[in-house]
Amino acid sequence: MHEKTPLIRLSKREDMPKRRIWLIRLGAFVVALLLGMIVFWIAGANPLEAYESIVVAALGKKTGIRQVVRNAVPLLGTALALAPCFKMRYWNIGAEGQITMGAVAAAFFAINCKTMPSLPLLLLMGLGSIVFGALWSLIPAFFKSRWGTNETLFTLMMNYIAIGIAAWLIGGPWEGKKGSQIIPVFRDEAVLPKVFGVHIGWIIVLVITVLMFIYMRYTKHGYEIAVLGESENTARYAGMSVGKIIMRTAALSGGICGLVGFMIASGAHGTLYANVAGGAGFTAITVCWLAQLNPFAMIVISLLLAVLTRGSSTLQTSMGIPASITDIITGIILLCMLGCEFFINYKMHFRKSSGKEAA
Amino acid sequence: MMGTIDFIVALISAAVLNGAPLMFGTSGEILTQKSGNMNLGVEGLMFMGGAFGLLGAFAYGNAAGDSASGVVAVLISLLCSFAAGVAGALIFSFLTITLRANQNVTGLALTIFGTGAGQFVGELMRIRVGGNVAISNELKLAFSGSPFPAALQNIPVVGPLLFSYNVFVYLGVIMIIVMHRFLNKTRKGLYLRAVGESPATADAAGINVTRYRYIATVLGGGISAIGGMVYTMTIAGTVWNHTGLSGEGWVAVALVIFCLWKPINSLWGSVLFGALLILYIRLPIPFLPTQIYKVVPYIFTALVLIMVSIRQRREDQPPAALGTAYFREDR
Repeated sequence: MHEKTPLIRLSKREDMPKRRIWLIRLGAFVVALLLGMIVFWIAGANPLEAYESIVVAALGKKTGIRQVVRNAVPLLGTALALAPCFKMRYWNIGAEGQITMGAVAAAFFAINCKTMPSLPLLLLMGLGSIVFGALWSLIPAFFKSRWGTNETLFTLMMNYIAIGIAAWLIGGPWEGKKGSQIIPVFRDEAVLPKVFGVHIGWIIVLVITVLMFIYMRYTKHGYEIAVLGESENTARYAGMSVGKIIMRTAALSGGICGLVGFMIASGAHGTLYANVAGGAGFTAITVCWLAQLNPFAMIVISLLLAVLTRGSSTLQTSMGIPASITDIITGIILLCMLGCEFFINYKMHFRKSSGKEAA
Repeated sequence: MMGTIDFIVALISAAVLNGAPLMFGTSGEILTQKSGNMNLGVEGLMFMGGAFGLLGAFAYGNAAGDSASGVVAVLISLLCSFAAGVAGALIFSFLTITLRANQNVTGLALTIFGTGAGQFVGELMRIRVGGNVAISNELKLAFSGSPFPAALQNIPVVGPLLFSYNVFVYLGVIMIIVMHRFLNKTRKGLYLRAVGESPATADAAGINVTRYRYIATVLGGGISAIGGMVYTMTIAGTVWNHTGLSGEGWVAVALVIFCLWKPINSLWGSVLFGALLILYIRLPIPFLPTQIYKVVPYIFTALVLIMVSIRQRREDQPPAALGTAYFREDR
């Protein structure tokens, strides 16, 4: 038997015009919304009404918009933190834990500095959270650079250890009223001030967005990260100290995650919960990847997910649909967007019909 | 003396009971990872398995009424959860193998989707029934009771240690042994490992990388999802609980590493982790806070990961191509 040419042959492409790329992504998003309609239909709701209700609840009123921004801040901040790691092909999926450790550090200063005025206290909390997040991230990075320990799995484990430590502090040494298993609300001086009704964290992450864009694109560090991501051997031959770059980048990433933890604890919650990260560390990974590591695209995607979360949180009361539908729709959107990248990165050649392409 | 023995026996049986979901969750993921696919969606798959397994048993119990047979209910639950896992793993396989999407990100997206879908089905059942989803006691017993006659179960020490478990424990043991033999003693198992170590080499040797990856990932996903069903139907007491399953899938992923990607290790590994999950209740250690006690499995796993990478023994390493997509034209 002789081999036939396969029905579909693939080749890589890098020449697709920008407009086509965005059309494909838009198409994937529309497909995801259509698939989501099926889920609403199963739940016994009118899909169009449900979508309308999501948009209205999220963007119709000031309180809704504020909640959207509040939800988007940790997603955007964490996605930005992960960008240099992913560019380097260092799979830091430990953001959840790094956020938690940052929040723990912030809470430490909020609880123990009982008389400090607001500004130095907030600065101290922020600095402490950066240091703690960075140190937590440095542990797996050290073993990665020294012995090549698998960072994906190590950082994953570190998440649960961090959450365990936070839970212990909340239920033990830092517990407020005996047996309450929570710590008292931070005093006012330790709470981030608000600008336009949302804690100042949204301005901080926007600043980080610009800084991260510059860092990745125009600095020596950014260049080293890019080279290392393309090929470790190239980086070595070029005389770069691979271990140092890995540790530096992981520390930067963990530091920003820690700062996000500070913003959630001090800005959004006003206290420390064990699940302070609330899954943002995981969702942000998908945000970062879908944005193709582009900081500005991350703003759009994190806002989109935040609208979805906020909008569908009201569905339970308004239409009797389980709130978990948020996760289903989010999941569908993420999976569709992940899939559509294929049509951007690869060209399909069909047997016989050469020259034609399907996208 | 007698008291100590009783305590140890009770502890071991509880550990086995809590390890049973992990047996499935972990061995399914080992099969997946052996093909070079790292599916971080186990948590989502187990949620789906748990919810759909419960839905299957519940629907059957309602339809059959008094004539419902326990064996049929167990089979339906097994099938429903397996099918749910297969469906979830198919999404993952299509995206990562055919469309070559990033595995970590796709796995996490699958976890978000799967936990949502599981919760959704569970909550929807509760809303439709108007209260807790209840299954008749006979059916419940078919899931949680031992398949062995009472005479065997009543033998002191040996009875509770060997014959007292629910049917899934024995199923799990058989499945793990079969998987161990398959991976290590059969040609197809060798091919599968080759695909996970070096897909390019396997491809050059005429092995169909895509097919092996698809089959391993889809089967592995189905097996993992059964673990979720076992959790819901035995440990959680056939009730859909809001947070009950959360974390089980991640423990299973941790256990894959702890077992060094060998199914046979998951036999004792899942009992050990099952013990660690409940030890803080049964055997409190002074000065060790429960919250820290609970994360001991993760600390162990991290230590194993470090030790394995320092010692660099070849047979202990993760599959070399783990986490990477294969594209033949990519060189």
